[in-house]
Amino acid sequence: MNLQKIRLVAGNYVFILPALLLFATFSLYPFFKVFQLSVMDWDGISPKMVYVGFENFKDLLFDNSVFWLSMRNAAFVTFLALTVQNSLALFLAWCCDREIRGGNVYRVIFYLPPVLSGIVVGLIWNWIYDGHYGLLNHFLHFIGLGDLSRAWLSEGRTALIAVSVIHMWKGFGWGFVILLAGLQSIPRELYEAARVDGASGWVVFKNITAPLMIPVFILVSILTILGTMQIFDIIIATTGGGPGYHTEVPITRIVTTMIGSSRFGYACAMGVVFGLVLLAVSMIQIRVSKAMRQV
Amino acid sequence: MIDNIQNICYAFRLMTFKKNLSELRPNLSIFIISFILFAFAGCGPSRDKDLNTLTVWHWMSDREAAFQELAEQFEEEQGVKVRFDLYAPSEAYAQRVKASAQTNTLPDIFGILGEKRDFASFILSGYVAGLTAYLNEKDGGLSWKERFFEKAVQVNEFLPGNEYGVEPGIYAVPLDITTIQMLYNKKLYEKAGLDPNRPPDSWEEFLSHARALRAKGIPGLVSGFGEIWMIEALASNWAMNLMGEEKVFKTYEGKVPYTDSDWVKVLSLFKQMADEKILVEGAVTMVNKTAEQTFANERAAYAFNGSWSVNVYRGMNPQLDYAVILPPKITHIYPMKIWGGAGTSFMVNDRSPRRENAIRFLKWLTEDKQQVFFAGRTQNLPANKNCLSDIPLVLAQFADDMDNTTHPNVYPVRENAAVTEAFDKGIQSILIGEKTPEAVAREVQKVKEKELRKKQ
Repeated sequence: MNLQKIRLVAGNYVFILPALLLFATFSLYPFFKVFQLSVMDWDGISPKMVYVGFENFKDLLFDNSVFWLSMRNAAFVTFLALTVQNSLALFLAWCCDREIRGGNVYRVIFYLPPVLSGIVVGLIWNWIYDGHYGLLNHFLHFIGLGDLSRAWLSEGRTALIAVSVIHMWKGFGWGFVILLAGLQSIPRELYEAARVDGASGWVVFKNITAPLMIPVFILVSILTILGTMQIFDIIIATTGGGPGYHTEVPITRIVTTMIGSSRFGYACAMGVVFGLVLLAVSMIQIRVSKAMRQV
Repeated sequence: MIDNIQNICYAFRLMTFKKNLSELRPNLSIFIISFILFAFAGCGPSRDKDLNTLTVWHWMSDREAAFQELAEQFEEEQGVKVRFDLYAPSEAYAQRVKASAQTNTLPDIFGILGEKRDFASFILSGYVAGLTAYLNEKDGGLSWKERFFEKAVQVNEFLPGNEYGVEPGIYAVPLDITTIQMLYNKKLYEKAGLDPNRPPDSWEEFLSHARALRAKGIPGLVSGFGEIWMIEALASNWAMNLMGEEKVFKTYEGKVPYTDSDWVKVLSLFKQMADEKILVEGAVTMVNKTAEQTFANERAAYAFNGSWSVNVYRGMNPQLDYAVILPPKITHIYPMKIWGGAGTSFMVNDRSPRRENAIRFLKWLTEDKQQVFFAGRTQNLPANKNCLSDIPLVLAQFADDMDNTTHPNVYPVRENAAVTEAFDKGIQSILIGEKTPEAVAREVQKVKEKELRKKQ
């Protein structure tokens, strides 16, 4: 490579230098710092950190049942989000994809919940779920099911489901928008041809819509898993992880360990393990989706 | 020598390269310089040069206006400008202070939220100035320290041989004090046919009053038990009343197990509350703000809350007729110890070039005149004991029991955070009828043993 070429290449690199510096400072450095801190015993204040090797990971993997319980809780919410929330999003997207009156109004309405702050949504639903004066209990009394009324967020049996419902209500709008965009990208001629051949609605969905939507389904699923596993704001605004450990999720555990117990190193180890679990789940999902596409 | 020649050649080539680059892309130099200037514009310690402006960080949005007024007053009187920066909520503030300590950008005066070990860590890292000499300095007969309630100073004091290894002394100035007690609604008492001037004193009385209230459809106790430290406060009140401070501390040391009958009895009190449906529905996961709304709206006869709530209730329902009492006693063998002491304390940054001015400001802020103004405006108990005569009756009731106060920050030994969490979460499980007191005691002891093994 001659000098002229080097100068040209170097010139190009100089232009990306600002972006690279920003990316390195605000993304790469914190990313690697988390790994460094995860093998330390550090309170987050003292300039001194004590190297503890894999002690934090050992304790986390084999002696911290609460963290794994929180992981199970997050997985439960994620399962509901993947199935119920995304099915609802798909159904509503399918409805809005058709020629209906006021379609844009529905689109705006369905997209409103994700725009709201999680804390605000949590506070609103606190009122809906309230044991004494809650809207839900009033409704149950109104339809003659008063026996079912309870403090939904304060009972072990219902707290996690109640929180999941809030999360799904807030989150279905994202899936709705992406799925609607996917549905609208399918050429209309395919549907027309199928109808000319006398295909029923279900056959059209099974043989045209679903196969062409697989890349969109993959995208929505990955976003749902990553977004739901990291649920935090709604939990903080409603149950704070309680009652007991019923609504604890990995992020509430990380925050409690970091701020409540001042164990930054251990909290970072939790973050690393949690990140690796998410990575593994996403990889598995991509593999499965690829296999499905080939079928 | 060869290295120097190589460096010069390299610099020359770099200049040529830059020149060629600027020919190729005329705006490149301007672009890079602008980027560097913008990127590093905020990095300089320009604030440090201004010795006449103090910066104070706090998290108390309800006191911001009063702080601003006091700052203006101080500037008028002493010619030193004070800038109060509010960072709310408190969790965000706590994080900010920790992060600033890492980058050595703490302000001149700040508060530390958290446990005593966090406070100790700040001191050991050299971020907090020792104030003992200043507080002991006599000024017209009384020392600065003597202005304050003893308990308010204790929270900021490290005794000889403390477990954190901090040099003995006082490291912060209390601004206000707080006690956490039981409150009862007089109007609801009357409605239930109870004497509003005869609140419950013992646990048995509390149960019988709660039953009478329930019979009239009046919910009993509300508290922010979703914030588990409120559970911790009430449970430790009863534990100290039932078995005495010494046994509680022995438990923290690992010498008495949580499966001891006294601890099971403490846990059983919560089970009894659950069985008798004394707690307001949903209180187990309720944040204290919601609990305060519930009591202010007369939807609960009792509240377990701190002296700060006087200001909150006044804002929510000025007509609320209530009084303050100690939590119901389980026995009369040991005194009922409640949580209290310094509410807000300010520390001085030991590395600040305005250290002396900062101390001067805190001294001024805790003088009688300023403390009366502050207490009047914010309805908080002043740390200065000379100012109690000018406060409302309910607030004075909170202050009456100052002698009975204690706080984890003044305990000679602290319980491990993981054990405390297991204990508090266990109580939540008892309150929802999921676990028995015995089962919770066993679980807590298991966590305790694990933490003790780690220490060895």
